[in-house]
Amino acid sequence: MTIDMSQFYEVFFDEAEELLAEAERLLLGINIANPDNEELNAIFRAAHSIKGGAATFGFMDMTEITHVLENLLDKIRKHEMALTAEHVDAFLAAKDVLKMELDGHRLATEVDEEQVADVKMMLKQLSEAGAVSAPVVAPVATAPTPQPAEPIVKESIETPTPDGMSCFNIVMPDITEKDVENLQEELGLLGDATVSKQADGRFVISLTTDSSQDDIVSICSFIVDPDDLVITLKSDSPVVGTSPAQEATSELAIAVETQVDTSNKVLVQEEVGYGLFEEEGKEKQEEGYGFFAPFQPHPDAVKSNLIGDDTALTLANSGTTSAQLATAVKAEVAATTASQDADRRNAGRREADKAPASAEASSIRVGVEKVDQLINLVGELVITQAMIEQRISMLDPVHNEALINSVGQLTRNTRDLQESVMSIRMMPMDFVFSRFPRMVRDLAAKLNKKVDFVTVGATTELDKGLIERIVDPLTHLVRNSVDHGIEIPENRRKAGKSESGTLTLSAAHKGGSIVIEVTDDGAGLNRDRILAKAQSNGLPVSENMTDGEVFSLIFAPGFSTAEVVTDVSGRGVGMDVVKRNITAMGGSVEIRSALGFGTTISIALPLTLAILDGMSVSLGDSVYVIPLNLIVETLQPRAEDIKTVTGEGRMVHVRGEYLPIIALHSLFNHKTDITDPTQGVLVLLESDGKKSALFVDRLVGQQQVVIKSLETNFKKIPGVSGATIMGDGSVALILDVAALIQMGQTTNYITGAASFSNQNNQHMQSNA
Amino acid sequence: MAKTILAVDDSGSLRQMVAFSLKAAGYDVVQAVDGQDGLNKAKEKTVDLVLTDQNMPIMDGLTLIKNLRELGSYQKVPILMLTTESSDEMKAKGKAAGANGWLVKPFDPKRLIEVVQKVIGS
Repeated sequence: MTIDMSQFYEVFFDEAEELLAEAERLLLGINIANPDNEELNAIFRAAHSIKGGAATFGFMDMTEITHVLENLLDKIRKHEMALTAEHVDAFLAAKDVLKMELDGHRLATEVDEEQVADVKMMLKQLSEAGAVSAPVVAPVATAPTPQPAEPIVKESIETPTPDGMSCFNIVMPDITEKDVENLQEELGLLGDATVSKQADGRFVISLTTDSSQDDIVSICSFIVDPDDLVITLKSDSPVVGTSPAQEATSELAIAVETQVDTSNKVLVQEEVGYGLFEEEGKEKQEEGYGFFAPFQPHPDAVKSNLIGDDTALTLANSGTTSAQLATAVKAEVAATTASQDADRRNAGRREADKAPASAEASSIRVGVEKVDQLINLVGELVITQAMIEQRISMLDPVHNEALINSVGQLTRNTRDLQESVMSIRMMPMDFVFSRFPRMVRDLAAKLNKKVDFVTVGATTELDKGLIERIVDPLTHLVRNSVDHGIEIPENRRKAGKSESGTLTLSAAHKGGSIVIEVTDDGAGLNRDRILAKAQSNGLPVSENMTDGEVFSLIFAPGFSTAEVVTDVSGRGVGMDVVKRNITAMGGSVEIRSALGFGTTISIALPLTLAILDGMSVSLGDSVYVIPLNLIVETLQPRAEDIKTVTGEGRMVHVRGEYLPIIALHSLFNHKTDITDPTQGVLVLLESDGKKSALFVDRLVGQQQVVIKSLETNFKKIPGVSGATIMGDGSVALILDVAALIQMGQTTNYITGAASFSNQNNQHMQSNA
Repeated sequence: MAKTILAVDDSGSLRQMVAFSLKAAGYDVVQAVDGQDGLNKAKEKTVDLVLTDQNMPIMDGLTLIKNLRELGSYQKVPILMLTTESSDEMKAKGKAAGANGWLVKPFDPKRLIEVVQKVIGS
């Protein structure tokens, strides 16, 4: 039976990514002088798990890095080495490389091999630097004679080894003396390594260690091709050849030869991969292994499987188990003590790990498309339910009381169901916030600034779709704050502030939206400089603009007040893109700033993209939905408030402000009896800081609507952002307010006197 | 009746791989994400074989094995450790804790099924 391993790749990728993120989070928070053991353990476990998965699924590049990483972490967590800032940097770099390799496998993105090699080297050097007295053995003086690599299995040499230790003979391929020295040093980390020379001129490293052959191979693989290595176990340690079982089985002996003859690979004798413990003298010699009493193998198993056709495997068992036994028995006393130690360790660990682990235990991983389908179906259900409710309302309440009550129940259940389903898509803001500590740390280091990074409300939940889309704008804002907001320590001192600036990233629910704020206690925005810059950029400005309006100018395309363009930010692009992205999400941006005290950029986003609080309005026979958050007010104008401006169309005078009237019926070319604004309703809309009055027939009512994409089901229509199904089953279009305001202006533009009227318009607004 | 195997591993991908492979070979599989979870699930239903990772949060594999062996119902149930640590020390600890054997990670599904079949039959 073959099992396609690729089906588990995605799970592994997700998992590895989570582990990397978690490790990074822990690393950034770690107290270098006095690291928390639990945190070190958790970081170690992350590296360890990734290594295990990567090895299983065959991502060897990741295995290599995690292996070195794990070794170093292990030393630190066992207090054989003190944690330094250098270590943390190296671990973070390793995390980046792993992420890069992960993306390389997952998304086929490029992997910078140089970076990988650098990090590997760095980790190795760190590992060596703090190593506890690696044994130094004088290198052999003569140069190696070139010779084709061929497998050599050494005779067993009697070498007494301490309990639990194995003695390996590692025959090197044709490599330089320098490489041998390096390897010896590396292997010295595992145990006692000595170099000798064979008759054929090749070097042999004898290593006494409690590490496995895998470890040796991984270490050697940095310098030599593992395929060219010949590793043998010396006797008096777990090794093939000591087992009486093997001697008795000629078949197995043949297997040994076959293996030697055909394979130029590492001769893995000790580590075939598994074994079964047994009691001394009880093993069945033919099979070479047995079971630890009183457990007996299953009768089926004895019949069918004890002698497999995989000879190498059987052979391997014979070697491992019986030899294993000897060590196991000897080590039993020691092991009991050791496992008691482990117990104590675990007792401490339990407390600390409880929260994250139970979160994992109680969660399942499902595809986003499944969730979306569920949400879609619930949306349909809500619509159907609304239809039923509408029908019911026409029935006689006295005769149909029971039915009406049941439908009321259904309504409540449907609403609960909808809320629960929508919450599935909700993710904590932490998913976004967690990537920033690292970024801020790196940026601050690059700019020689000191920045304390604080997050508030990381558990606040937001729709997954929005979470993904908020990352880029937020990244830009955070970069900006560190680069332009927070001053260098010297300037801060002069200004009487503490040397390190504080950057706060916060998220909170406010009404139906979530407000995300990036706050710094830096220099603040300079109103005069922004105005001057805007003027030189040809933007319409005036001295009596409010601070809010002035600050909003930095969202204009191509606007940047940074005098010096750094490679961090300030290339004059970005803020307009930030604004555009957030508007596209149905959100808004606001800037608050005080010169010398700092800046807050506040983003308000709807909680979800799938549901909208809307005001339905009628136009002729049709109903349209306007997003409620963009409506400032609604009014029925008096005739004297309506003015017609040449080239500007009709304007409405609202509390000293003239707003252009956009007649929806003429914009959409819609038949209606009401063409006079005084007969209908004006809905005052505000988007992107621009106000307009939308002229419609009537207000119908306020309701939550489920947004259906018009684009995927039909095509994109200017001025319409989507559609929804109303309670009576009819379709209503959802208006795209920003586009409508734009269209209103363009229509006027077409009708004439554009440049003048636009300026005029701006002027009137700024006067307002 | 299909035999039930308890697979304990904190790594979801490995656990799923193990579970999928074993199910494909005709076993029923119960999954647990750490030693404590494994112990709880083992108590719910006595399984025919326990496969456990060593390095896990909350409760590691060795502790799980020791705890299982203290239960009357798990005196004779075979337990294998699936571990990346293949040192003799680890094996000795495993044996002392009451494991019946070990399987070194990484392993492929075929190897896993072979070993499982050797222990509890198909």
